[in-house]
Amino acid sequence: MTERVGIVAVAQTKYSPNRADANEGELVYEAVRQVLQETGLKFAQDGSGIDATVTCSQDFWDGRTISSCNVMSYVGHHHSDEDKVAEDSLNAVYTAFARILSGHQDVILVATHCKESQGDKRGIENAAMDPIFLRVLGLDFLSAAALQARRYMYKYGITPEQCARVVVKNRGNAKRNPLAQEPMEITVEDVLGSQVLASPIRQLDSKPTSDGACAMILAREGKAKKLARKPIWILGASNCYETNYLGDRDLAECDALVTAAKKAYKMAGIKDVMNQVNVAEISEEYSYQELLWMEGLGFCQRGEAGRLLDSGVTQMGGQLPVNPSGGMLAGNPTVVAGMARAAEAVLQLRGEAGEHQAEGAKKALVHGFTGACGQLQGVMILGN
Amino acid sequence: MGNRVAIVGIGQTYHKSARKDVNQQEMVGEAVRAALADAQMKAKDVEAVFTSNMETFEGLFLPDHLMADEIAAYMKPGLKVATGGTSGASVVEEGFHFVASGLFDTALVIGFEKQDTGDTTAAITAAVTPVWGKGVATGAIGEFAKQALTYMERSGAKEEHAAMVRLKADKGACRNPYAHLKLGLKSIKEVLDSGYLVWPLRLLDFCPQSCGACALILASESRAKKITKKPVWIADVVTVHQEPFRAGSFGDPTGTEEYSQDIAAERLYKRNGITNPMKDICMAEIYEPSNWEEMSHYEHYHFCEKGEGWKLVEKGITEMEGAFPVNPSGGVIATNPIGGTPTIRVAEAALQVRGDAGEHQVTRDVHTAVATALGGPNWTVMTLLRRSL
Repeated sequence: MTERVGIVAVAQTKYSPNRADANEGELVYEAVRQVLQETGLKFAQDGSGIDATVTCSQDFWDGRTISSCNVMSYVGHHHSDEDKVAEDSLNAVYTAFARILSGHQDVILVATHCKESQGDKRGIENAAMDPIFLRVLGLDFLSAAALQARRYMYKYGITPEQCARVVVKNRGNAKRNPLAQEPMEITVEDVLGSQVLASPIRQLDSKPTSDGACAMILAREGKAKKLARKPIWILGASNCYETNYLGDRDLAECDALVTAAKKAYKMAGIKDVMNQVNVAEISEEYSYQELLWMEGLGFCQRGEAGRLLDSGVTQMGGQLPVNPSGGMLAGNPTVVAGMARAAEAVLQLRGEAGEHQAEGAKKALVHGFTGACGQLQGVMILGN
Repeated sequence: MGNRVAIVGIGQTYHKSARKDVNQQEMVGEAVRAALADAQMKAKDVEAVFTSNMETFEGLFLPDHLMADEIAAYMKPGLKVATGGTSGASVVEEGFHFVASGLFDTALVIGFEKQDTGDTTAAITAAVTPVWGKGVATGAIGEFAKQALTYMERSGAKEEHAAMVRLKADKGACRNPYAHLKLGLKSIKEVLDSGYLVWPLRLLDFCPQSCGACALILASESRAKKITKKPVWIADVVTVHQEPFRAGSFGDPTGTEEYSQDIAAERLYKRNGITNPMKDICMAEIYEPSNWEEMSHYEHYHFCEKGEGWKLVEKGITEMEGAFPVNPSGGVIATNPIGGTPTIRVAEAALQVRGDAGEHQVTRDVHTAVATALGGPNWTVMTLLRRSL
């Protein structure tokens, strides 16, 4: 039996709309320094410290080919194994998990950063579209999300008020999270009265521009128990690709998420997610996504997520609080979002989430995604 | 330790400067289908898909998303890595870890680049720090001209030796059905007559920009033995990255730098009981962006003493029929789809181990081979392959 893989330290920067005071390396070092200090680990090739580093960033967002060059001097892998995983950083945690399970490496630093304030979001996302047929339409992930929101709301009768209640909940939760970027005391009317970005998505249905970084150290079980008082175990993990062309998909569905969740649940022995998982951190760049992803994750039947939200189950104090941290809607950069969710889940499972602690969390669900309408979906189950 | 991992399927596209007949995803699909055919597998038999390229070279964001169907990733796990020149080896390393971990029994790993749709040199120039680097960045050619000068100065190698490297590479490329530049060079004079790009680097001293892709299918031990009679085992992978802006990114004028190649080689050989690389390893596919870099790499991978790399060339030791063949495929100097280049090194080394390299199969029996990758600010990845573990 292979040893389990534990998360022994996590750190995040405070998320901010514009960190013009720090370059990418300086930003990621704020988080990396914390996990190094917390564990006392050093980089070593003899098995006495950190064996390898997995970084996660995007060349397009950094405006720099080989974006890990931006952080190389700050994440400590002088003459050692480093790989840069692209896209959502939950993929980087997944990679470190596999590396440790393989028996090839024991202790891995994972670090991610993104400064959205420096990038042209629309231009970057448009560059992901098919260059011949779709780019010329000006499609980006916002307009793609609007298509998905429209289709999802139409097919399952989800209302704009229900989407707005996701925002009220998450921005409200953020008030108790000191690292959150934009906590807000708002009402459904405030959301519905905010400017339309791409109908039906409004300004407050969308996350703000955000800069930030996150770092984490993973270790195999034997070492994790020595390195951390409360190691948090990765019980299951998977991810899954959808097809690309939006016209080939029923955008009201999220089959890739269903598939990724099934695999992660099987690995973690989860049969009834609502009763076996105590807290969930879900990446929701737009408000409708929290509802759609909840359905994909099997929290309820298709089309029932609005009612589940209305029942208060996903509020703080409910049976399964979703995004006690405030989620992406309160401000996380793309790329960093998945790992930020994982870091928050670790705090919950350690009982160290402070004012936004969910009661008695033993198992947590973490979700991350990349691409238009969530083409690549990742799910991870953590436990204490 | 986790599961043993073998290469059970190998596929490449042919390579050209421009592939106007296909888009990026169609081109990559050609390599994927070739690898599946080689392994006699169907797309559904692949459990996970790992990809690598440099997105800024083509100006296509999230290329793996665009090609999800063509790479058999639909409804499957996978991810993308990008580490510059080493990308195509980093992706093999991740496939190796994921299969060894037991999470998957089979994985498709793909490296690709379609450089006719972008401006690679502009993108490489954008790899340096925007604040103080961009004003002096010159893409790859300037860096490797510096490397050539440094090597010349340090070792006493002459331009003729670099030309001999090209002659050797071209001989291999002409026999390799997938190679890009097949020049049919007859003498070193033709190389020495090619114009300078940046002195002392000549046109025929440097690698081309190619469009192409390479796909490998990896499998766990139990699955590998069912798929093929000739599995090629990945014995080990060593990655050595370092921070940018050291004095000698490529070629150290100060003579004080530690080279990532030396460190990687030491680590790989020590971990795998290799005491005499020239004897214990049978051949190498190395990532040489220029003729000069190949000679330098012989030394830094410990195939010979420092300062003696050019002597291996002079003696013909690294020829296809030599005692230690290097780059019988024609190497990077003939074929360079950047994100795919290191994957091709692994693929070509694996073909040699299988004895399936056809006309460019080396004379000596290959039971152990090494494939290398070079990228970033002098980063190295070494992959050790064996016929049996």
